[in-house]
Amino acid sequence: MGEGIFTRMGDGERIELGADELRQELLDGTRDAAEKGRIPELSGSELEQLFEIIAEPGRIVSVPPGHELIVTDDGIAENFRASEADGGAGISMDRLSCFLAYERGIAADTACTGHEDFSIKPVKAIIDYEMQTYYTGSLSTTIPFFYGAQPNLGLYYQPDGPYPNFAELMPLGKIDEARKAQEDAAEALKDDMIFVGKKLYEMGCEGFNFDTAASSGDADFYATLEAVRELKKSCPDMALIVGMASEFVLGMHGKMRFDDQQLAGMFPHQQVKIVEAAGADIFGPAVNVNTSRTMPWNLSKATTFVKHTVEQAKIPVHPNVGMGVCGIPMMVETPIDCVTRTAKALAMIGMADGL
Amino acid sequence: MPIAHIMAAGMGGMRTAGDLVAWMQMARRMKLPEAKRYVAEKLGVSVPQLTDEDVMFPLREKLGIGVVTAEAGGPKGIVAKARIARLLGIEITSVNLFKQRMEA
Repeated sequence: MGEGIFTRMGDGERIELGADELRQELLDGTRDAAEKGRIPELSGSELEQLFEIIAEPGRIVSVPPGHELIVTDDGIAENFRASEADGGAGISMDRLSCFLAYERGIAADTACTGHEDFSIKPVKAIIDYEMQTYYTGSLSTTIPFFYGAQPNLGLYYQPDGPYPNFAELMPLGKIDEARKAQEDAAEALKDDMIFVGKKLYEMGCEGFNFDTAASSGDADFYATLEAVRELKKSCPDMALIVGMASEFVLGMHGKMRFDDQQLAGMFPHQQVKIVEAAGADIFGPAVNVNTSRTMPWNLSKATTFVKHTVEQAKIPVHPNVGMGVCGIPMMVETPIDCVTRTAKALAMIGMADGL
Repeated sequence: MPIAHIMAAGMGGMRTAGDLVAWMQMARRMKLPEAKRYVAEKLGVSVPQLTDEDVMFPLREKLGIGVVTAEAGGPKGIVAKARIARLLGIEITSVNLFKQRMEA
């Protein structure tokens, strides 16, 4: 390596940038977010603070004392035993051992369990097993214990589910049929989310994390918001997290509305307001990573979105910082230099309430 | 990756007061500064002391709300959570269910 500042591309490849190049990447990143979201850019001093975080010489960086935040997750405790697709280590451990190792060995602030597939639909079939697992876990853990699942509306379309596949209908010009399929599928998803949420609440569920919401677009988001509203009424003491799939709600339907607001096209600072109105307690924005751009460009863009979202929010904001979102490179084994710089930037400049 | 986040920026869970601040975000939708202030006041410590192991370990032991080490017979799990609910003045669903079953 030469005299440049060590960093990476959005796909994790190692690169070096000169100081001027790095400053330009940060400026371009914040401008991209500002242009897309029609939100303010980071200020000059914030960009300089971000520059210093990226340019710190240590391989890992951390926040100063007093600036720590809360870390929630999407079933990460079970990564001790999970498969490679989830970044899991495949160790032969039972689920309860995973929760307790995460709580006491790693000193996590919260823990979360969920189905191996981490989607709502397959949970229904084994709800008794999941209820028992949650109940046992909640008796043993001291830290807040969540159950998590993705809405994942995609599983409700043929061939995986009962509803016609809108992605096949649209190229045929069958737009009305494609929309009807999404509306029907969204109703079924909403019912399943409410069913699972209520069943876990019977087991004393302390919190439910609806993770990767809107992955199938605006109908997916609609079902999530409807389920959150109902669950907040019927299960008032169960904290609800809504974490997003991407920075922009895709208009796969295009006309889905909640509280008379169009969902398609919403950016994080708009998503948080509708999630808040539905009754969720914590919001998790996701900002897409462009693998062809540098990590500093991506982190600058993510920090811009997160900072504005936190400013708009009345509820805690925990940005999603898994692989390929909010500045973390898109790869299974994410580099620790990027992970810790993302955590520090979102805590110090994004003013996030958690991760 | 989550371990790196926890080490870089996390509050420290049961090592310090991370779980307590998290409870306030969940139960009262408190943003981070407000949640930290609330917990600090309930514990009678300053906000910076919330992540100071030297302060929090003995305090957690004294309050019986669970510590990260394996103290023999020390309260953990639902017992510690019941005390946390009382200390913070919040409802914890699992604790309420446990109490219902004890009283049934």
